[in-house]
Amino acid sequence: MAKLLKMGMMLLLSPLIWADQPKSGYDYLQAETQAMQDDEFANPGMATVDMGHALFNTPGNNGRRCSDCHGEDGEKLDPKKIARYPIYNPELGRPFTLQQQVNFCWEEHLDNIPFVPGCTELVALETFVRNRARGEPVNVDISGPMRPFYEAGKALYHTRFGQMNMACYVCHDQYAGQYLRGQILTEGQTNGFPEYRLGSGRITSLQRRLEECLRSFRAEPFERDADEYIDLEVYLNARGNGLPIETPAVRY
Amino acid sequence: MVCRYCQRIIISLLPLVVSPLAAAEGFVPWQAVGDSIPQPLGGLTGDASRGREIARRKDLGNCLACHRLPIPEAGFQGTVGPPLDGIASRLNAGQIRLRVADESRRIPTTVMPPFHKDPTTLNQVADDYYGKPVLNAQQLEDVVAYLMTLQ
Ligand code: HEC
Repeated sequence: MAKLLKMGMMLLLSPLIWADQPKSGYDYLQAETQAMQDDEFANPGMATVDMGHALFNTPGNNGRRCSDCHGEDGEKLDPKKIARYPIYNPELGRPFTLQQQVNFCWEEHLDNIPFVPGCTELVALETFVRNRARGEPVNVDISGPMRPFYEAGKALYHTRFGQMNMACYVCHDQYAGQYLRGQILTEGQTNGFPEYRLGSGRITSLQRRLEECLRSFRAEPFERDADEYIDLEVYLNARGNGLPIETPAVRY
Repeated sequence: MVCRYCQRIIISLLPLVVSPLAAAEGFVPWQAVGDSIPQPLGGLTGDASRGREIARRKDLGNCLACHRLPIPEAGFQGTVGPPLDGIASRLNAGQIRLRVADESRRIPTTVMPPFHKDPTTLNQVADDYYGKPVLNAQQLEDVVAYLMTLQ
């Protein structure tokens, strides 16, 4: 009897336990869109991966290429390390995103002029690199020096912005699965970024997505690579720790 | 072509023409009593058919983003908020007015935008919308009048 009761309790509690597990935007897609994402020949984001792959093998001003160290197809990149970004950068005293890391190598190791944050080429390289870690669970370490940035990102996630007085948590923590007009709301997880958006027909970096959200609140977006975006990236990625990287995800 | 002199006159007169409009777009303070704003904003009278249009339009009320309303021609209607059919049999005009003006007064975590909240209390508003509520006082009264027809 006690055993039965215990089992009953567990069954009752299981949806609550489940609710704490992050859920990828993938789970909110229609089956045909999931199939499109899964098929590398049908996934429109793969064109950006290919562009990044080409840049990865393009010699810099000193004749060196990313592929000289990391392998022609990036096979020497460690998916586990990719899944940890943003990581703490002791020289900056701040978190460092994967995109910033790629740009750092581009400048330091290839002797190139660094890219403007968020530009097409840099996002393509980021997409290629993160695609190497497809399936790897997101694993951002928020202990130690990363903690304050995680907390700052969390505070921003809960801050209301713009004429619409909207905050991220308001939709993504309370209404995932509901429809805003025809658009399904998701948890706002970041494991698929940079992602291909069917609505706009373009690859979208996380910062571009956050910019779009802020504009839809009728708020002034932050500058590219502003501390606010980076802190949000720390919080958002860590919030989805354990979700498999899907880059390039396909979303609406 | 307008001569330079005339251009200058037109430009100098422009603020006179624009400012009453700007005032109409501005915020009209309101007083809540319990869960209601009993007095119409600025003593204005709402027009239900204009209110229906405001509720439907994406650039104005966009209520359909979240609510179901009896506006069949509008296509997709959201499921985030409760359906508003029959709302006037549940709430009176003052209660509807407060919910549309600033639902966060009742529910701090609400997803519903405040349509007539003091703009100085808003954060990082984009230039184009700075200093203005989403709906002006007349538009808000129009929406209230429309919802009051939904018995
Ligand atoms: C972004 C979503 C959203 C938009 C846009 C929105 N609402 Fe709401 N509204 C809600 C939610 C959600 C509630 C329920 C209260 C809560 O949980 O915050 C609500 C509640 C209400 C209520 C009270 C309903 C009740 O039964 O108590 C009224 C009235 C209302 N909204 C009218 C409007 C009107 C009119 C508009 C357009 C001018 C509008 N809403 C736009 C989400 C929205």
